[in-house]
Amino acid sequence: LSVPPEIPKEDGRPKWDNKFQYILSCIGFAVGLGNVWRFPYLCQIHGGGAFLIPYIIALLFEGIPLLHLELALGQCLRKGSIGAWNSISPYLGGVGAGSWMVSVLVSLYYNTVLTWVMWYFINSFQEPLPWSVCPLNENRTGLNEECYESTAVNYFWYRKTLNITPDVTETGTLQWWLILCLATCWAIVYLCTIRGIETTGKAIYVTALFPYLVLTVFLIHGLTLPGATDGLAYLFTPNLNTLKNPRVWLDAATQIFFSLSLAFGGLIAFASYNPSKNDCEKDAVTVAIVNSVTSLYASIPVFSVLGFKATTGYWDCLDRNIISIINEFDLPEESIIRQNYTAWISFLNSSYPEKISGLKLKSCDLQEFLDQSVSGTGLAFIIFTQAIILMPGSQAWAILFFIMLFCLGLSSMFGNIEGVFTPLLEFPVISKSVPKELLSGIICLICFLIALCFTLGSGSYWIDIFDSYAGSLPLLVIAFFEVIGVVYVYKIKRFSKDVKWMTGRKPNLYWQITWRFISPLLLLIVFVAFVTLQIQKPPSYAAWNPKYEGFPMKEEKVYPPWVLAICVLLAVLPCMFVPLVALFHLIKRVCRSKDPSFVPSEVFSCQGANS
Amino acid sequence: MLRVLLLTLSVVAIADAELCKPDAQNAFKVRLSIKTALGDNAYAWDANEEYLFKAMVAFAMRRYSSKNTTQISNVLLCNVTDRVSFWFVVTDSSKNVTTVPGSEVEAAIRMNRNRINSAFLLNDKTLQFLKITSTLSPPVEPSTPVWLIVFGVVLCLIVAGIVFLVVAGIQQRKKKNKESTEGENLEEKGEVTVAVENGIPCETLDLKAGHINGVFAADDERFTSL
Repeated sequence: LSVPPEIPKEDGRPKWDNKFQYILSCIGFAVGLGNVWRFPYLCQIHGGGAFLIPYIIALLFEGIPLLHLELALGQCLRKGSIGAWNSISPYLGGVGAGSWMVSVLVSLYYNTVLTWVMWYFINSFQEPLPWSVCPLNENRTGLNEECYESTAVNYFWYRKTLNITPDVTETGTLQWWLILCLATCWAIVYLCTIRGIETTGKAIYVTALFPYLVLTVFLIHGLTLPGATDGLAYLFTPNLNTLKNPRVWLDAATQIFFSLSLAFGGLIAFASYNPSKNDCEKDAVTVAIVNSVTSLYASIPVFSVLGFKATTGYWDCLDRNIISIINEFDLPEESIIRQNYTAWISFLNSSYPEKISGLKLKSCDLQEFLDQSVSGTGLAFIIFTQAIILMPGSQAWAILFFIMLFCLGLSSMFGNIEGVFTPLLEFPVISKSVPKELLSGIICLICFLIALCFTLGSGSYWIDIFDSYAGSLPLLVIAFFEVIGVVYVYKIKRFSKDVKWMTGRKPNLYWQITWRFISPLLLLIVFVAFVTLQIQKPPSYAAWNPKYEGFPMKEEKVYPPWVLAICVLLAVLPCMFVPLVALFHLIKRVCRSKDPSFVPSEVFSCQGANS
Repeated sequence: MLRVLLLTLSVVAIADAELCKPDAQNAFKVRLSIKTALGDNAYAWDANEEYLFKAMVAFAMRRYSSKNTTQISNVLLCNVTDRVSFWFVVTDSSKNVTTVPGSEVEAAIRMNRNRINSAFLLNDKTLQFLKITSTLSPPVEPSTPVWLIVFGVVLCLIVAGIVFLVVAGIQQRKKKNKESTEGENLEEKGEVTVAVENGIPCETLDLKAGHINGVFAADDERFTSL
């Protein structure tokens, strides 16, 4: 037996198969459903092309610096969020715990959105598509009343999918079809995250790249649809006046922030599996730019399709009016066509005004149809599905569209689950006794059981609550403390030295200025503006109530006090960890400082972690 | 003789005009949308088509009441417009100058709607009888909902994947344990039979001044107990 050569200390930490996998995972985490259904909406309501100005400014001064900070932190300390922040300073351990908590809360409801996508996907194999026709009522004399008064698409979403209750306090029953889909979604997440990045690294090749393929296909097809150019012109026509509204700047800042999935701890976890000497600066810039370019790229097919839908709706409106007029005046068919409609209307209005007003014609305005803007689930499950029915070969388009949404959401889920999984693996109690497969199984099972609440009748109201309160405010707080913690507690000079050790060059003036002053200031302003806007009016929600007088319009309702308490709890709970942990350590130190043999904790640095 | 004939004809014509006019009792309005239905293959609406229509209505009445008394001449059309819409009424030949009650006509048309539609290559929407509603056909529903089948396929694939990965993980762990126990056995064997290490006897190596190689020293803790 010969003495084996000196082995460099390996911490047994899993690592990425190659750099591309890591970049793809970060991009997949950042590029999610919001790039498809929130960015185009914001572009549209905030003056089209003009929105890009605050968006790019927010990207440069908030997005990229924070992203670089998180990636450098994870890479340097080689630990998940909780361990990393504990290493920086025990007083900042609460930041890690807070981001862990947010990752848990977001994982719970995010997968339920994927459940809806899966439900639509498995229903897309039917001919005709189930959301294109209204079912008959009980005695088969006409169409189902709720469906008839709204539209078939609305009915399928609110009744057949969600089976929504008219009020958030009415919980309704568990919807068994949603439970099945939820179980499947969590099984898929378990399958892909079963061994941490070993398995997600393989899955990410498909889930991160496939959406781009589908977006390209939709882009090509969308541009050939009639009315696509109207939609695109409407989207991109810049209206610089909107920039005077501070709401636009706030929306740009929050969009960049949430779009890059900062402060979840997932990015820190991903970067911790990197080799130490890796150019994190380039990675950060790459990921941020790819994310923004994807948002822009996705808005083109979305708006082509929306323009197509608006044009088709406008034509339908015209056609219905034309039929009424032809029937009333017994004119020959095709005497009035869309092109000469306005001429005919003015002629008939002057000659037979009573008859025309008796017909109760709807005014058809293309601009009005284009103005019907929706974001979020409404865009995907109501507007887009309606547009898909109008396309030839609608099953194929529906299947492609929902697979794309599923992949987009799944790759973001990987990041969320890593944000939960990696810190847990670092507790020695857990890593020694529990194999990885069992830990990820337990996490997925517990999340599945809790997420069953979202399959109740009132589930979608609760998801809106979670999204607005747990997935927004705490992140701003945590990110603010992240920047302050690194720059002022860990000290920016030390951090710059660590980054120089990792990337080979000192962070230049842009990074120094943004890290030290601009990013924390921006975050503070955004936080204050956000809270101010929320407090200004009592939080309300739009309920789907078939018995409402204004049905199919949604009914505006106010949250009852106990729901408001839960909202506040969701927003405050992750943030509470920051002061609580700091206080805990302060008390511990005060008690221990009475002990003369107390040695203060040693100075910590990147190179120290690896020697 | 001729004058009598003319007089009878004019009386009949006036009587017809009295029976068939818009909103008359037991009269129905019909509206056809031929160009919408057939596009380029649309036929023009002329007297021959009107004759066919009268024949179809007479046919429907005969089939419904099985009296065999309704003739084509009993069906009166009036107010034909360019839209292609007109009013029609069915007269009763047994009773003089009266019309068949609207309910009977409606029931007859309803019973034979399909035949009437296909005679004109139209459907319920393009050949409208304005007061007669059509019964809606129930949507076709397959015995097992399609989505359950797709769901079953997806679920089976996923469960197969999970089982495969878990089993592979367990096997890998067993292999690693077996390898490490084999290594332990080999080491023990080595120390018993070979007492010489690189030409130096083992006892001299076992000096307290020597360095303890951290890699081997930590090994004992890594071995799982049997």
